[in-house]
Amino acid sequence: MRKTTSKMWAAAAGVTGIALLATACSSGSGDSSDDATDGGSKNITLTVATFNEFGYTEDMFKQYEESHPGITVKEKKAATSNEARENLNTRLAAGSGLSDIEAVDTDWMPELMQYPDKFVDLTDPALEGRWLKFKTDAVTTDDGKLLGYGTDFGPEGIAYRGDLLEKAGLPKDRDAVAALIKGKDNSWDDYFAAGKQYQAGGGGAWFDSAGAIWQGMIYQEEAPYEDAKTNEIIAADNPRVKEIYDAVVKASVTDNLSAHLSQWSDDWTASFQNNGFATMLAPGWMLGVIEGNSAGVTGWDLADVYPGGAGNWGGSFLTVPAQGAHPEEAKELAAWLTAPEQQVQAFLNKGTVPSQVDGLKDPKFTGAVNAFFNNAPTGEILANRGQGIISTHKGPNFFAINDAMQSALTEVDVNKGNPDEQWNTFITAVNALG
Amino acid sequence: MATSTTSPQLNRGGQADPGRTPRRVGFSQTLGRWDVKLSPYLYVSPFFILFALTGLFPLLYTAFVSVHDWNLIGGKGDFVGFENYAYVLQQPNFWKGIRNTFSIFFISTIPQLIIAIILAALLDANLRAKTFWRMGVLLPYVVAPVAVSLIFGKLFADQSGIINTLLGKIGIDPIGWHAQVLPSHIAIATMVDFRWTGYNTLILLAAMQAIPRDLYEAAVLDGASRVRQFFSVTVPMLRPTIIFVVITSTIGGLQIFDEPRLFDQTGQGGPSRQWMTATMYIYEVGWGNQKSFGRASAVAWILFLIIVVVGIINFSLTRRISSDESSKSRKKVRR
Repeated sequence: MRKTTSKMWAAAAGVTGIALLATACSSGSGDSSDDATDGGSKNITLTVATFNEFGYTEDMFKQYEESHPGITVKEKKAATSNEARENLNTRLAAGSGLSDIEAVDTDWMPELMQYPDKFVDLTDPALEGRWLKFKTDAVTTDDGKLLGYGTDFGPEGIAYRGDLLEKAGLPKDRDAVAALIKGKDNSWDDYFAAGKQYQAGGGGAWFDSAGAIWQGMIYQEEAPYEDAKTNEIIAADNPRVKEIYDAVVKASVTDNLSAHLSQWSDDWTASFQNNGFATMLAPGWMLGVIEGNSAGVTGWDLADVYPGGAGNWGGSFLTVPAQGAHPEEAKELAAWLTAPEQQVQAFLNKGTVPSQVDGLKDPKFTGAVNAFFNNAPTGEILANRGQGIISTHKGPNFFAINDAMQSALTEVDVNKGNPDEQWNTFITAVNALG
Repeated sequence: MATSTTSPQLNRGGQADPGRTPRRVGFSQTLGRWDVKLSPYLYVSPFFILFALTGLFPLLYTAFVSVHDWNLIGGKGDFVGFENYAYVLQQPNFWKGIRNTFSIFFISTIPQLIIAIILAALLDANLRAKTFWRMGVLLPYVVAPVAVSLIFGKLFADQSGIINTLLGKIGIDPIGWHAQVLPSHIAIATMVDFRWTGYNTLILLAAMQAIPRDLYEAAVLDGASRVRQFFSVTVPMLRPTIIFVVITSTIGGLQIFDEPRLFDQTGQGGPSRQWMTATMYIYEVGWGNQKSFGRASAVAWILFLIIVVVGIINFSLTRRISSDESSKSRKKVRR
């Protein structure tokens, strides 16, 4: 009898053990950030989730901890923006496991704007006017809630290869190149005309990719794809979309100004090494990418000009998810991190251009010089280029539509597809969304 | 008390013999009976409990999600019946995904099996430093798929890739590995083969070594050449293992995701979805712009059904082949 019972116990223990193991797997993955709050005195750990390089350092956090006793700040870095987006989406859906402050990229902010209840309203009269208007517009809901504080943004200049331009008989001096690209009325046509001049002088491709030019042009429209009020999809009927498409196709394929590369592809990366193209649209953060891809190549420079006036590419926000345990403290920290002083420090660390009005005026920012770009005063140029950026309306379908367009342009530009066929494919894709 | 009274419970059994006092069944005996009856099931239960938690439950839950309007962030919405299935089946991208999946599967599996068998036969021969060669074959399997994709992505780059450069040397025009449907499938299939051929080689090698050596001796005595031995002894004796390899690579092949996703930088399977597989379509629908878990689950279930159908075809083939074998052996016995 004893033998049997011990066996039974063993079996029972085995079964419960397995069950426990199995349940243990499911829980305990998304632990949030609380430390014990012992008896009234505040003792809080705040986590800040970022991706790529935001330029925050341990020293900055220490400074905050000293001025705010009882608070410990920890940064969680995701390697890529996509990884951060997946993590955010999944845990937002699960309702737990997010950091107290979550960094969000401009590109995926619109999809989160559909769920304002999941975030703390960060409206603060004291902070009014801290950021450029287009930056706050992008994170303000229709009923006036502010869901994020701006960190950096991506004002664009034109990066160019002075040596290649010189070879084609064009000026290589920064101001002269700016004047050349500006042409008569600083339009995209003038930029393309300069490219034709470059090719007439024996130059190769003028810009890298049709998709990049599209991005530059479409972000100068106020509501290209969706109605600003109703979010109704208008991309197929908006004459501007077709006009820009035709202009990009004409410049890239008919006039053959493009290097026929798709951005970020292996071919694109390799082309930096073999003089693949002479100019490209360059936001502040792109300068680092160009430098990284062009090891051993000299001649890059940055011109203080941008066709059509100004454009923004990239940039981020700090948000406070509503599921956090310490929304008030998190909000305060987010406000501190996005203050002009901290953002200028972040720029000095990692080159993220401040989206704060005062940050752009800070002499530490405007005085910045980039040795790789022929000692161009990048801070001053980017500050100039940050003026006059308009906010493009991005509804829930903005990225699906933009993706479809980018696919069509890649087919036409890189894979030598038929422009009319690809336009029809784009229209079909857009109609399928409706 | 309990010892003397006739328990009504025992009488309920119907067969109560009035002349005999019912025997009391000791608890230890009951336990013993349970032990005999239950223990075997308890011993196999860990697998089934784990399967129920990690396999069956997600399967059923996916079915539940697939009949609802379900957003990644917003969560569960209205019950919509089979609307998600209808939507998905009307999408040209879904059919492209199915086409690409099967195309990549066939282009990768058939050469892979042939190469694996030949490699295994070579490794089965008398070689110096046997273990070295056998481990060498497995080496690509150890390399992370992401690394494989990065390397092959560079090799197959349309303009700057080494493969197009080499093709140019022998007078072939550069191939649009990232532009056209079939070349992109071939490029991805080479990645899959690079990773999995060695693995299958080792499985086949193990089976080859289990073939009784006297069969070969008999063949040699009958004057069979090396090649004849290979086709008439080795391959038929490998049949059950080949079937196993085919089934596992079918399941793996129909779920292929890593290699095509990392084949270019956007991970959408090409601008016209030249190499987007079914699992990538699930990802695009569920985590892409639509964020529709409902539709993604519908695709997942359709893919599950497709795999089941392919599995049944595999199974019937297996049965036919094994019955062939048994009828043959019966014949031999009769003779």
